[in-house]
Amino acid sequence: MKYVLLFCGDEQDAAAFEAMSPDELAARYAEVGAWFAEHQSKIGATNQLQGPASATSVRFGLEGQPVVTDGPYLEGKENIGGYAEIDVADLDEALRMAKTWPGRGAVEIRPVMTR
Amino acid sequence: MARSRGGGDTPGHDALTATRDALAAVFREEAGRLAASVTRILGDFDASEEVVQDALLAAWQQWPIEGLPDRPGAWLWTVARRRAIDVLRRDMRYQERLRALSFPVEQAADDDRLMLIFTCCHPALSPEAQVALTLRTVCGLSTAEIANAFLASEAAIIQRLTRARRKIAEARIPYRIPADDELAERLSGVLAVIYLLFNEGYLCSAGAAPQRRDLTDDAEWLAALLASLMPAEPEVLGLLALIRLHRARAATRFDAEGRLVLLRHQDRARWNKAEIAAAADLVVRAARLRRPGPYQIQAAIVACHAEAASWASTDWLQILLLYDALLRQQPSPVIRLHRAVAMGQVLGPQAALDETDDLAGDLDRYHIYHATRAEFLRQLGRGYEARQADERALGLTANPAERALLEQRLT
Repeated sequence: MKYVLLFCGDEQDAAAFEAMSPDELAARYAEVGAWFAEHQSKIGATNQLQGPASATSVRFGLEGQPVVTDGPYLEGKENIGGYAEIDVADLDEALRMAKTWPGRGAVEIRPVMTR
Repeated sequence: MARSRGGGDTPGHDALTATRDALAAVFREEAGRLAASVTRILGDFDASEEVVQDALLAAWQQWPIEGLPDRPGAWLWTVARRRAIDVLRRDMRYQERLRALSFPVEQAADDDRLMLIFTCCHPALSPEAQVALTLRTVCGLSTAEIANAFLASEAAIIQRLTRARRKIAEARIPYRIPADDELAERLSGVLAVIYLLFNEGYLCSAGAAPQRRDLTDDAEWLAALLASLMPAEPEVLGLLALIRLHRARAATRFDAEGRLVLLRHQDRARWNKAEIAAAADLVVRAARLRRPGPYQIQAAIVACHAEAASWASTDWLQILLLYDALLRQQPSPVIRLHRAVAMGQVLGPQAALDETDDLAGDLDRYHIYHATRAEFLRQLGRGYEARQADERALGLTANPAERALLEQRLT
């Protein structure tokens, strides 16, 4: 069963991240690296994303015409900082992985649609 | 058992009611077992629901006419099996699963119902969905009965159940007993659902709607079922004891006019002494397992009250110590408020008032906070402030029994 883990955070999480010293930051990245290494066999495509300030959105109007705008589509305080596709037995196994995520913030688990 | 009279085509009203009552009791015993076995074999929560409903519907139509079978569980199982085979014919793994279906002619092992409970109470489902799903699948309530118990529309309940089942399938919520390392956490989720059900039934049992289904009955039944399936889990025993201790005293909670009667004024002669003693034994049995938890401690506190001959002769020091233990497990301003009442008895009203004043920030919107403060103020002879606090409490509750008590105080 495939799921995508969405690594999310809000403004507070971002501020806490910004406030970290270089040593703390290095330690956090090491933890995250260890997490990926531990679950390597279950993880497929995964990427960390640039911040929402770098986002550009294409919205489609009522007539289907594309309109390019600056900024993320999902407005508000939360944003997605990265994702990982995982292949595990069931939701409990996905939850088990998500609960040990060292990156803080929140992890949203979405099943991948199968046809 | 409940058979219709005469030719059986037109049973009289009483016989019909009796039959329906007997059916309801059998359904509660059998529906969960049936759902558990069928789900295990089909491996599909949604499909098994369809099969179980067909079997229950057949029973609902045939039993009042043909009479209750000697072994209702086996009867239901036979019908469900036939339907399940139809479902499996549509399935690729037909042969493999068909074998599983032909073997257990006997009913499901109790473990299966435990899996069912854990799936229904999975934390990935909303609390409302967990409650509705448990009542529907484990207790075998109809959607109309659930709607009636929660004063909701049947359409809303059906939608809630449909969404929950879809999520179980789409997100693949597993059908199994959680692994040892997560059992404690998941079990506390199950207990929370049962306690929520109990409180829902307990708080609205003031008599305003006597035709409403008594959810405290379902909650006790579920807690007892869980206790029989997990006899070595002390918190399960604690919750069962807690529910039984409350129910043993339920008759004295309201006066003839439907006003709330405070514990100190309740007629203790009308409490069910035998049930209280049995529940207190359960608390002791749980304590012997040496893994204390919030339900055991709450049950112990209620047992102290239930076994006391009067409000004055209650072992308040013991209750205060139990609240200290409860606070260590579950720090919460509401528990501190309850503890303040015991403090008042042990250390006097001034100490209790100081303690409650400390909680103002957290509990200012909670009517019982103000009503409790009013009691302490009255004991200290500060009548005017007590009145103000009672008025504040009255403004914060819509419960008719509570309002009646407060209004009586204010006149």
